[in-house]
Amino acid sequence: MTVLCLVEQDGGAVTDASLRALTFARSLATDAPDAVLFGEAAGVPAQTLASYGVSGAHVVEPGQLAGYAPLAWARVLAALISETGASAVVAAATDRGNEVMAHLGALTGLPMAASCVSAAPAGPSGTGQWRLVRQRWAGLLLEDAVLDAAPALLTVAIDAVQPVPADTPATLAVQPCQPELADGDLTVRATESAGQSGGISLASARVVVGGGRGVGGPDGFAPLEELAALLGGVVGVSRVVTSEGWRPHSQQVGQTGTKITPELYLACGISGAIQHIAGCASAKHIVAVNKDPGAPILAHAEYAVIGDLHEVIPALVTAIRARGVST
Amino acid sequence: MSDTPSRASAVIIGAGIVGNSLVHHLALLGWRDLVLVDKGPMPNPGGSTGHASNFIFPIEYSKMMMELTRDSTEQYQALGVFTCSGGIEVARTQERMTELRRRCSAAKAWGIPAQLVSPGEVRKLVPYLDESVILGGAHFPTVGVVDSLRAGTLMREQAEQAGALHVLAGAEVLGIEVTGAGPRPRVRAVRTSAGEIETDVCVICCGVWSPRIAAMAGARLPLTPIVHQMISVGPVPLFAGTTGEIAYPIVRDVDTNMYERQHGGDMEVGSYAHRPIIVGPDEIPSIEESPRSPTELPFTQDDFDPQLAQALELMPELLGDERAGIRYAINGLISMTPDGHPLLGETPEVKGLWSAAASWVKEGPGVGRAVAEWMSGQVPGIDVHEANIARFYPCQRTTAHVRGRAREGFNKMYGIIHPAEQWESGRPVRVSPVYHRERELGAVFFETAGWERPFWYASNEALLERYAGRLMPREAEWESRWWSPVINAEHLAMRDGCGLVDLSAFAVFDITGPSALETVQSLAVAQMDVAAGRVVYTPLLDERGGFKADLTIMRLGADHFRVVTGGATGMTEKKWFADHLPAGGSAALADLTSAWTTLGLWGPRSRDVLQAVSGDDWSHPGFSFGTCRDVEVDGVTVLASRISYVGELGWELYVPMEQGARLWDALWDAGAGHGLVPVGIGVYGTTGRLEKGYRSYGNELTPDYNLAEAGMMRPRVKEHAFVGKDAYLAQREKPPVAVLCTLTVDDHRSASGQLRYMLGGEPILSADGGRLVDDDGRPSYVTSAGSGPSVGKHLLMAYLPAAHARQGERLSVEYLGERYPVTVAVAGATPLFDPENERVRS
Amino acid sequence: MEVLVCVKRVPVVGGKIVVTADGQEIDTRMSGFAISPHEECAVEEAIQITERLGGAVSVLTLGPAAAADQLRDALALGAGRAVLLETDGREWGPVATAAAIVAQARRHTPGYDLLLLGNEAADTGDYQVGIRVAHALGWPCVTGIKHIEISDGVVRARREYRGSEEAFEFGLPAVITVKEGINLPRYPSLPGRLRAKRAAIEQHEPPWEADSLRMVGLRVPQTERKQATVLGTGADAVPALVALLDELGVLP
Repeated sequence: MTVLCLVEQDGGAVTDASLRALTFARSLATDAPDAVLFGEAAGVPAQTLASYGVSGAHVVEPGQLAGYAPLAWARVLAALISETGASAVVAAATDRGNEVMAHLGALTGLPMAASCVSAAPAGPSGTGQWRLVRQRWAGLLLEDAVLDAAPALLTVAIDAVQPVPADTPATLAVQPCQPELADGDLTVRATESAGQSGGISLASARVVVGGGRGVGGPDGFAPLEELAALLGGVVGVSRVVTSEGWRPHSQQVGQTGTKITPELYLACGISGAIQHIAGCASAKHIVAVNKDPGAPILAHAEYAVIGDLHEVIPALVTAIRARGVST
Repeated sequence: MSDTPSRASAVIIGAGIVGNSLVHHLALLGWRDLVLVDKGPMPNPGGSTGHASNFIFPIEYSKMMMELTRDSTEQYQALGVFTCSGGIEVARTQERMTELRRRCSAAKAWGIPAQLVSPGEVRKLVPYLDESVILGGAHFPTVGVVDSLRAGTLMREQAEQAGALHVLAGAEVLGIEVTGAGPRPRVRAVRTSAGEIETDVCVICCGVWSPRIAAMAGARLPLTPIVHQMISVGPVPLFAGTTGEIAYPIVRDVDTNMYERQHGGDMEVGSYAHRPIIVGPDEIPSIEESPRSPTELPFTQDDFDPQLAQALELMPELLGDERAGIRYAINGLISMTPDGHPLLGETPEVKGLWSAAASWVKEGPGVGRAVAEWMSGQVPGIDVHEANIARFYPCQRTTAHVRGRAREGFNKMYGIIHPAEQWESGRPVRVSPVYHRERELGAVFFETAGWERPFWYASNEALLERYAGRLMPREAEWESRWWSPVINAEHLAMRDGCGLVDLSAFAVFDITGPSALETVQSLAVAQMDVAAGRVVYTPLLDERGGFKADLTIMRLGADHFRVVTGGATGMTEKKWFADHLPAGGSAALADLTSAWTTLGLWGPRSRDVLQAVSGDDWSHPGFSFGTCRDVEVDGVTVLASRISYVGELGWELYVPMEQGARLWDALWDAGAGHGLVPVGIGVYGTTGRLEKGYRSYGNELTPDYNLAEAGMMRPRVKEHAFVGKDAYLAQREKPPVAVLCTLTVDDHRSASGQLRYMLGGEPILSADGGRLVDDDGRPSYVTSAGSGPSVGKHLLMAYLPAAHARQGERLSVEYLGERYPVTVAVAGATPLFDPENERVRS
Repeated sequence: MEVLVCVKRVPVVGGKIVVTADGQEIDTRMSGFAISPHEECAVEEAIQITERLGGAVSVLTLGPAAAADQLRDALALGAGRAVLLETDGREWGPVATAAAIVAQARRHTPGYDLLLLGNEAADTGDYQVGIRVAHALGWPCVTGIKHIEISDGVVRARREYRGSEEAFEFGLPAVITVKEGINLPRYPSLPGRLRAKRAAIEQHEPPWEADSLRMVGLRVPQTERKQATVLGTGADAVPALVALLDELGVLP
């Protein structure tokens, strides 16, 4: 019983989201999952894949298909389903993962279940019945569902699954893949797609310094930016900040923005509307800085500083800098 | 964080404008160890204060509401959170123009600046208003907006800084524990999600949640959350250049039940025009479930759509600007009570459980002060008896009643409300045993305290002819609304023959036990240590010597007193007595209101009627004035009491409820040959008493005036101590600042040639129109008004500054914007009709 | 330009979603409803496109009769026509929803040049209706778009990708799903609201079809409510905060 997993890469490494998808894929089948990658076969992150229990890697090289073309990628997966007889195809529920899997669903006429938290075959293996738990409302709600399809097309809620290497690493066999594309498969293709992301992305940052209404206005973010830079992280904001036009929407954390999974989320002047919590709940540690000891964010934070961020953050920056000097 | 105090002098629940104001005033009055609890965060925990439109119009017809609003405004000003913008009520109809005149007159009575303005003048003040839509307006220059959240924060912080207050934000009240056996347990502790706090006093300032919180202790607050829709439209280009929150006057488009108010760059449009949308206190979503706040419910567009068109009509350019968007729209929850007044004071069910609920931003700080004074054992500086939580009978606390009245009252928020306006919902609920007989006689019923009371009887229309020429018929629709000349005909027929009056609405309670005498003595001004069989009319005073009640007390035995008082104030007074019962149970109070019914029989022929159906001695020497005893009337044992509120020979006849109909029938049959007519409350409550100068609680008798001023001082003061005695003794020592007078209207003709009759509340002015204000700052206004058919005059009662309280003094009264000449007919208590009281003592 | 915007009526939820006792739906007794956030932006984008290029915006929803409210919301903002595909209240899966939209796109003459949808619905989050519609119509499709330019029948669309941007270029007709942030949606004006109130709504009742992904029940995930440890107040808390960051290994 083969499970295929679409693996996204960033600068030659498997993305954190795809590591989670691989972990999920491994849990579906007794057999080791197969990875599907787009890139140079020589550059396949073999060690990572092997450590996640992947035994086969289907690689589409740029000579065959360069850049990101969602329909073409889906076409590759469709062909691999036929070739491998896969019982499930899995991708991380990222922009690309969801997009490619939706195309795959449309191409194959199969249903696609997005943002799965868990999946298990229902009944004897191979009958194509799955019992799923998937997220709705960006994870504020869980849906128990039955999926009646072979293969199962699933994307994985990245904030619900931790990346865990396999107990025993697999031996990886890399197989180049020769896709047969149809007319129009490349009509939509990313033309300016950067192979490597521009700096640290919000979705994968290790530290996110969050700013909310308490920042007070567009001019109040400088100390947060400074702190984020100091900690090698990025600034994220709440919805009110973007709807007020203080910061670009690309920095929005939450249900309609980006879901983050950092080591530390330092939420400054953020009251903690649930739509925001939906985007940051998977942070490993949440520290809140808030004037109001009754702010809802405190019910989600591990630590809190009660106070004005405009007082606390500059002092923190100074303290960290001083520490850098002294050590 | 478990820094929850384990004990508090008082736990105040709810950090809206009322709770914050209350802790502030309690702290000022010396309270310490206060705890303020709210489940929400500061400074806006999510109640109605947080979405209030925050504007204050100073004008109210209710003196209490006017004074609470005035005090609140002054407090907001002192806190620096008041911005004066002025306000205009605009009229789209002639009827409304008349109403605005009435409002300007009321404003004059209270000393509030107000002026009638033309459409062009309105346009000058509000340049974006289409003057062609309106007929005119009333301009109130002292209207303003407040920052109620800021005010609440400042007051709370002041209490904290005084070391008097601990604030528990984000702590939900889970229970209010009570202790003690008997009908009235007392507060022991408040249980919160942050721990339990022991306390003897708990105050509910929870706005729309109040009924839910009160129920935790077993008390019932008659209040319902109801939706008030509001939208905010912007950005308004015209407002871009203005500084601060508001630069243009607030407009109340009262004929469409809407208001338009600048809020920074936006225009807020609020409505009381939509269908009443009631939400149960238990249906209010939690803070967590609420996208905005629990009291900012999702906007229901369909309900507001008709108002959009009307608002657009009034302000076409400003609101019709396609660049201005509806940026905010809510179904805001507000509190409504059956009679529109707040719920203040200690609950009658649970000792130590206080309510400061159903008060809006405009009166919040005033309510906080009044309740703080009250809790501190003082008499509140503002008379809040109309807001006393104790005022409700059980039938007025039911969900159906509260919701029915809230529904009915909601669309009248900006309505033109007649002083005698009757409610329609929840009727009939309390009826006398002769209700069906009264209906057959064509009784027109008014409601008091849930009771259906005949105001006049259509069956007496035949009398109109007999008394033609003496009936003072009213030409104007306004004064003839809720009125009939039949009232005056019944009055004259009673004075000629006799009248049968249904007084079932009386509240009746017995005080019994070894300390019964002590109890009534300690409250009544009059000597209560009288022989059994005496009936005593007596005022009750508050600690400052203001009026608390006026009622009659019969001594039925050594340890047995029966208190009889008006239905409207019965429950409040019952609590006053209950609060003053001695500890240990040596005196008890039993409410007999539903057990006894009362019929009144008055008039020169009343003795003849009774003698025809009763073998007892009804002669003057045999049944003297001011006595009571059991008699037998047609096989019914009746407690007869010879007193009168109409100035005639006659009796109040008390019988068990189920025998009331038999007594009525017996008197009815016997009266046929003695000129007996059924007489309504129109005579009993107004015409009869005004001619006799009898004072009425709530009108003439209020905590703001005293016995000396009301002309009710007796030659001697009893030895026994009673509440208010010290103040009363002091009052006696100096000449009264004001004197209650009866005035007659000299000329009723208005500028348009119509005869007009005042209804009460109008300002009494000097002959040339100057305001009359006594040395204590109290303005003169009409406390009661009505016909005096036997004296052929329309009568007004008013407290006048002592210098003007002279018989024959020529003054004026302002009514609907016009002045009418009046003359002081009596300064003091001498009756205009039968000044020697011969009829009563015949 | 004929633009069709597909919007979904979703409840406006607060900090806590409550599920009905039978676990089949969200308790919306006290909820308001709105157009799903990404689709609000799709409506705004469609209006802006037709403001620039001329043409008309139609708005479509599949939902109960009450979903007409959301159509009127869009009409108030400037959409010209509205289509209600009325359902009996049952939940429609993405496959059947796409089929109903396709039927409407084919029904409409002279035909739409552009279909705009949200990247995903706020409630069900299926991420696929637009793509399925595009496949059925044989049109190109991009998703998650945060910038659109159209000239001479060519679309240039951009979206975020891992902290950077990627761009697509393709011809019309096409399907684009957008994300919040592509624009700031306008508010309805009073005259707009009144026009919307009077506007006619085209109505159809497409047949419901079962989806092979079947919802069994809904539940609210158990999240542990934390009680944050307060490190201190104001700047005084900074030493404790620095120590904590050090312990977490995030200091430089």
